[in-house]
Amino acid sequence: MAASDAPNGDVLIRNAFGSVLAFLILLLIGVLAFSIRLFSVIKYESVIHEFDPYFNYRVTQFLTKNGIYDFWNWFDDRTWYPLGRVIGGTVYPGLTLTAGTLYWFLHSLNIPLSVETVCVFTAPIFSAFASWATYLLTKEIKGVGAGLTAAALLAMVPSYISRSVAGSYDNEAVAIFALIFTFYLYIKTLNTGSLFYATLNSLSYFYMVCSWGGYTFIINLIPMHVLLCIVTGRYSSRLYIAYAPLVILGTLLAALVPVVGFNAVMTSEHFASFLVFIIIHVVALVYYIKGILSPKMFKVALALVVSIGLAVCCAMVAVIIALVASSPTKGWSGRSLSLLDPTYASKYIPIIASVSEHQPPTWPSYFMDINVLAFLIPAGIIACFSPLSDASLFAVLYIVLSVYFSGVMVRLMLVLAPAACILSGIALSQAFDVFTRSIKFQLPSLSDHSHIDARDASSEKVVLDDTIKTDKNEDTPKERMTKRSKKKEKEPVEKPPTKFQIKKRLSVLPFEASIIAVILLVLLVAFYVVHCVWAAAEAYSAPSIVLTSHSNDGLHVFDDFREAYAWLSHNTDVDDKVASWWDYGYQTTAMANRTVIVDNNTWNNTHIATVGTAMSSPEKAAWEIFHSLDVKYVLVVFGGLVGYPSDDINKFLWMVRIGGGVFPHIKEPDYLRDGQYRIDSMATPTMLNCLMYKLSYYRFVETDGKAFDRVRRTEIGKKYFKLTHFEEVFTTHHWMVRIYKLKPPKNRIRGKNKKSKSKTSSTTTSKRKGTRRNPF
Amino acid sequence: MSKKLIVLFLGLVPLLCTCFSPDTPSDRRVLVLLDDFAIKSSHSIFFNNLKSRGFDLDFKLADDPTISLQRYGQYLYDALILFSPTIERFGGSIDAAAILDFVDSGHDLIVAANGNASDLIREIATECGVDFDEDSSALVIDHSGYAVSATEGDHTLIASDDFIKSDVILGSEKIKAPVLFQGIGHSLNPSNSLVLKVLSASPSAYSANPKSKLTSPPSLTGTSMSLVSVVQARNNARILISGSLSMFSNRFFRSDVQKAGSPTKHDKSGNEQFVTELSKWVFHERGHLKAVNVKHHKVGEVDEPAIYRINDDLEYSVEIYEWSGKTWEPYVANDVQVQFYMMSPYVLKTLSTDNKGYYFTAFKVPDVYGVFQFKVEYERLGYTSLSLSKQIPVRPFRHNEYERFIPAAYPYYGAAFSMMAGFFIFTAVHLYHK
Repeated sequence: MAASDAPNGDVLIRNAFGSVLAFLILLLIGVLAFSIRLFSVIKYESVIHEFDPYFNYRVTQFLTKNGIYDFWNWFDDRTWYPLGRVIGGTVYPGLTLTAGTLYWFLHSLNIPLSVETVCVFTAPIFSAFASWATYLLTKEIKGVGAGLTAAALLAMVPSYISRSVAGSYDNEAVAIFALIFTFYLYIKTLNTGSLFYATLNSLSYFYMVCSWGGYTFIINLIPMHVLLCIVTGRYSSRLYIAYAPLVILGTLLAALVPVVGFNAVMTSEHFASFLVFIIIHVVALVYYIKGILSPKMFKVALALVVSIGLAVCCAMVAVIIALVASSPTKGWSGRSLSLLDPTYASKYIPIIASVSEHQPPTWPSYFMDINVLAFLIPAGIIACFSPLSDASLFAVLYIVLSVYFSGVMVRLMLVLAPAACILSGIALSQAFDVFTRSIKFQLPSLSDHSHIDARDASSEKVVLDDTIKTDKNEDTPKERMTKRSKKKEKEPVEKPPTKFQIKKRLSVLPFEASIIAVILLVLLVAFYVVHCVWAAAEAYSAPSIVLTSHSNDGLHVFDDFREAYAWLSHNTDVDDKVASWWDYGYQTTAMANRTVIVDNNTWNNTHIATVGTAMSSPEKAAWEIFHSLDVKYVLVVFGGLVGYPSDDINKFLWMVRIGGGVFPHIKEPDYLRDGQYRIDSMATPTMLNCLMYKLSYYRFVETDGKAFDRVRRTEIGKKYFKLTHFEEVFTTHHWMVRIYKLKPPKNRIRGKNKKSKSKTSSTTTSKRKGTRRNPF
Repeated sequence: MSKKLIVLFLGLVPLLCTCFSPDTPSDRRVLVLLDDFAIKSSHSIFFNNLKSRGFDLDFKLADDPTISLQRYGQYLYDALILFSPTIERFGGSIDAAAILDFVDSGHDLIVAANGNASDLIREIATECGVDFDEDSSALVIDHSGYAVSATEGDHTLIASDDFIKSDVILGSEKIKAPVLFQGIGHSLNPSNSLVLKVLSASPSAYSANPKSKLTSPPSLTGTSMSLVSVVQARNNARILISGSLSMFSNRFFRSDVQKAGSPTKHDKSGNEQFVTELSKWVFHERGHLKAVNVKHHKVGEVDEPAIYRINDDLEYSVEIYEWSGKTWEPYVANDVQVQFYMMSPYVLKTLSTDNKGYYFTAFKVPDVYGVFQFKVEYERLGYTSLSLSKQIPVRPFRHNEYERFIPAAYPYYGAAFSMMAGFFIFTAVHLYHK
């Protein structure tokens, strides 16, 4: 009896100790998540990376300078000239508002960080939050151990690092946190049935909607889970509480975000949630009626309700289908359609297909981005099925869907990463659980202790299960009463013993096998850590605005982009318009502060097609197009000298395709020789005379005398030519960015007589005339 | 006031061509290049006329090795007169390209050729869009429009009165007598919008060698042939090209003229008046416009906003003046139009005027947002082209500029609030009324 007291105190102390330890571990995980993302700052400098972050940075600058109302109403006249862009209504404001709040908070504490610094470090901070959210979510699914493991895995999963290194100031940086946190609150609500968490869940969903277009993943995944629960007979009032407030409050809140607005109720992406909303009500009604009617009456009522309900449903479905079918894209946005039909974009929307992150991933990229997690996921799925709860069912559904989506678009690998981490965390912690326990059991010296430990552990488990059970018990009695068949009613009662039996059987693995397995698992995780650190340091930290290359002579730094943008900002007029392919639009407005024609927000296909057409037209036609758009300068990116592969010549076919999609006189076959894209002497005359070729290769032959293109590994087709309507004004050090100016129209128009005829030639012509005259 | 004006002028410099000092667009310093100094005396009336109008003439032989148009990157002259039709190569640093650069930087040019014009002169003319007859020995011959003279000639001395109908170029006063012309003809490319026929040949004229027999159809005939042409380049530099140097001579100025077949005999040819008026135009004493004080603001306000909102009412005004040779006079016309332009004109309005050079209008911004331009593209025969554009963004409504309550939506407001009230009552009854 006394002994029972002591263990109780022990348990208390150990529990306290455990939670302190868990807290410390979480803190360290946060530090790890933050610090592993600082490689880019240490290796390069504290700069904003890539393309979209520059836009976000510019928007944040505007927000901090002008306040939230001006931001909301911001009409930007420096992009998409002359159409302009209503930034406030077309941007997901979550990231910007987050960084802006951070900035104001710091300044109110008299910490004068610059906007840029705040922006650079927003992503690492939020990845720490994301790993804590992962802990919470996984804890709800499978307990503390799995939670900690999953959090540690997520803190350094390369896929997430690639989007959240310091400086990668993009929507995904905060959206992944919001995604995981929303899922956590959903599961929490599902486990507790608390309306408080349901409301928090809606707010978290609102934050997600503010942050990223990927919120549609949530609003489709959760209804699917609800539907799955209903179909598998797991309906409960907790499910109702978890779902119904989310749909109503979440949709209302989502409609408040200007960029979503009425899309929250109008587009097909959201239909699933409303459909399931109706279904869950029908199901709730059925359970309610079943509760108050006798079985016989219920059967009659069921027949009645089913027949009427079916009729109503059919009518509604017909109306919805008719509505949806009346829109050409069936109410889906192009990006969502390309998710459902992976070939859709490449067939109809070249502008979506042209973005590399919208391409399907290759197999190596899975290994690169989630590494060993890919092998742990199946184990995690199995672990989720023993025992299967609503929460673990959610985890399984999440992984299955995200694997599919990541297979369609590289970009959505980011959605897969948290799921992979959660399931791998579950798998790892369960495996460790089993192995360590069997080691403890069989270690002779520890057997006494281990016995108690094991009992404790199992009792802990029991306690855990009990809590869940008691949670369930609070609202299950009624539920059980309402259950249709007695078989199902028995199941929950019968299951626990079998569970324990399985556990007991599992926990006596051979000692050696357990030791080896633990060592192997530790090795596996160690490899994962090594890979993650390598990926963070080498693969994903390059800001892509500054490039480096290692060669025999040492490190080369290519800072051509900033050189070119600085040139533009110092040497051109404030209102001058710069035309370039849309990739460089955000950077030009943010870094050079010049008006651009098109940018990375590809909202107007025609406008982009116009620029694409100009780039693929001969010089004169291109000049006319650019002149009509008041363009003063044309910027092209050229990698042929230093071997920078993502230059405009390599992107050129997309310009042709996008241009040709709107202006049919641009035909892709004209630019291909026998279906091959080439720029050497075999290239087609259309190719060799188009503006992009000329602007890229103008004076290129002067560099090495042969005009050898290092990206295409060939000598170019046409080496010596002059520009008549454009003049080169600036070429950066490594020729990576070349800026041309449009020549003004000719001051005079020449006559028809041939130029500089000498007197002798004119006499010969007159003589010739004379000879011609003779016959008459 | 003067300070304000200067500021305005400075602001307009990029709008007008940059070469003229904004206060006095007329040329002052003129370089005259001659074949030999005899021309200075034989064409003295023309030169004295220019001098009396305040021009500072600098006579040089065309092959003088010391001549140059610019020094230290600054042009020494505002205009150039080439009375050296036979020159093969200029002295000093001048060549055809230098002369064309001179024009391209906004300076004026008078070129006179004659029967044996050199290739150099022809090349300069060609670059300006004027093609002299390629046959170097050809002259303009007109057997019905020749000038009657004491000796029966070969009808190469032509009395022509087929002038361009433009008061701006030739002055408001009608040219009283036919103009005597003896020289070569030229053709213009009809698609060339910058060059104008000022004096065209009569329908019976043709270009051929008067000394040899005509065996094939001449290349230039009739009214398609031009005798004197002017060019106004895109930067408003003006060029006068004449196929006859003697047209400017004292002899032709003083000579009496009687057109063949015409009973009237004029005591004095029209040459002096024609050439004087033409030189006034070429040297920007006439037909030179400037636009100042481009202003726009919302109705009821004074300051120019940085951005308009859709459906704003705005007022636009501009002042247009014409240079009279000495002062800026108000320009009066009723056909000045302003466009509110974004890729295509959304608004096109004719400006009202107070006949004192002030042009104004008011219109509503279209219901389209974007970056618009106020554009005035005023191009009239003989006048310098006015091309004003001013960029102005137009934004959509702010979030709080919409109507808060729409009458049509009251049923929905009612539905929403009655629903809320009903739900509240229902809950209360359901919970507490057992």
